[in-house]
Amino acid sequence: MITIAGAGLAGLACAYELAQRGAAVTLYERGDTPGGSSVARYAGGMLAPWCERESAEEEVITLGSRAVDWWEKVTTVHRRGTLVVAPSRDRAELTRFARRTSNHRAVAGAAIAELEPALAGRFAQGLLFEQEAHLDPRRALRDLVDKVRALGVEIRCGGPAPARVTLDCTGMAAPLPGLRPVRGEMAILHCPQVEIRRTLRLLHPRMPLYLVPRDEGLFMIGATMIESSSDRPVTLRSLAELLNAAYTLHPGLGEASVVETGAGLRPAFADNLPRLTEQDGTLYLNGLYRHGFLLAPAMAQQAADRLLPETSDEDHRECQTA
Amino acid sequence: MRLYGTDVASRLLLGTAQYPSPAVLAEAVKSSGTGIITVSLRRETAEGSGAGFWDGLRDTGCRILPNTAGCHTVQEAVTTAHMARELFDTDWIKLEVIGHADTLQPDVFGLVEAARILSADGFKVFPYTTEDLVVGERLLEAGCELLMPWGAPIGSGQGLRNPDGLRAMRAHFAGVPLIVDAGIGRPSDATQAMELGMDAVLLNTAVAKAGDPAAMARAMALAVDAGRAGYLADPMERRDMAVPSTPVLGLAELNMTETA
Repeated sequence: MITIAGAGLAGLACAYELAQRGAAVTLYERGDTPGGSSVARYAGGMLAPWCERESAEEEVITLGSRAVDWWEKVTTVHRRGTLVVAPSRDRAELTRFARRTSNHRAVAGAAIAELEPALAGRFAQGLLFEQEAHLDPRRALRDLVDKVRALGVEIRCGGPAPARVTLDCTGMAAPLPGLRPVRGEMAILHCPQVEIRRTLRLLHPRMPLYLVPRDEGLFMIGATMIESSSDRPVTLRSLAELLNAAYTLHPGLGEASVVETGAGLRPAFADNLPRLTEQDGTLYLNGLYRHGFLLAPAMAQQAADRLLPETSDEDHRECQTA
Repeated sequence: MRLYGTDVASRLLLGTAQYPSPAVLAEAVKSSGTGIITVSLRRETAEGSGAGFWDGLRDTGCRILPNTAGCHTVQEAVTTAHMARELFDTDWIKLEVIGHADTLQPDVFGLVEAARILSADGFKVFPYTTEDLVVGERLLEAGCELLMPWGAPIGSGQGLRNPDGLRAMRAHFAGVPLIVDAGIGRPSDATQAMELGMDAVLLNTAVAKAGDPAAMARAMALAVDAGRAGYLADPMERRDMAVPSTPVLGLAELNMTETA
């Protein structure tokens, strides 16, 4: 029996990967519902390895480029790409972004209008990352819980995990040296009159913004990156910057209802990359930082390879997940 | 170089914001050879704690110069300075009082006032200012022992927008440490500042946003050293016309007639 502490994104992804390979798994969750207290609930849900490479190590691509396929077996994934734009006075930011990333093509104003009619006439230049995708994090967590349960995994909520577990996926609660919190703040807008189909990124030297469309006229906007352990509600300054940036993207969003704001602490190591570490007989998966949905699949596969070495063959994995 | 009675070996001061990760930052600090790093302290950071990030900064072994980045009023800057003194156990403070949101130009009136309050309270103030000579004088009167004129707006990477103003500052404030803070984009900008006789350069974005921050940090260190060495070597003056580098007098006499 494999025991996992923490039924957040990492714990659920590992349980799914392990159960698919035939292991008996029990998940322990302190909160009342699996996924209910996961910081992943505040994520953008972008599967955008090439964009993320702008400020992250190459591993976001090597580990993250197969995430779309993994998630498609679990939940609805929108393969619509990412469109990156910048206000004309910050054109230099776009040049830099293009230089620091790959797998994109430059799109001019007319092409932007074709891709996203709502942005017609607003931006003269942009970058399209066609192979990127997005999902709805809360729906993905719910679907992952269903998949995991269907595979026979037992999820025990509302109490502590046993003193010793096989795998610890408790995020900031894990006693790991070098793990630090990076605060993130976000908001959800309801604005059915503006139609945007794919993830947009607005480059801005002070407040870079991403906007991820959800169903039914909802948009998630985010996110700040603050070296802080405070999980208090979003600050006025952060919210003002986020909303201003959204308004710059499309003035129609000025009429949006702000239906939710949120703040969470992303667990991160010094290189901002996730890590599997062993400590006192327990394996820890942690440090997913701002790349939870992007890197959890690859890390869950690595965790399963470590715990079930006889299943670690790549071909075998393809069979199991096909 | 002596800053507030402390000997400082490296003439490059490095900011710690906007790096891709703390690991990349640590690498850049190391390859820059700097002895002083600045840390921005925001109220939101302090209310929780940035301890995880700050531990990494302390591990670099550098002296920490907290700053009041993002403060727009005297009161905000003074409060932030006090929080910084407690958190980092240092009376050094880089004082920023921002007057304009788009240019991040210092509010020099608020700056002088905040500098007076903080100096009286025992702080050793590093004021981020313009090249204005009168403001510089007021800051020294307020208790500052050094000045940090801007090269260009923060984060703009434009280099030195007013070299003549900086030259005038050097001439006017002989013996006062002058550190160019903000606006450096490329190594040549840092060299130019040092050639003007500035005592040091403080930069952040130019390294943090470079494709390879550690490599750029090293380039900046070399540039600062080159500029300083050039300044000390007493460079020649510019001329409008050419002067042959080979003397005209005493040329070999090429006598085409038979001499034998």
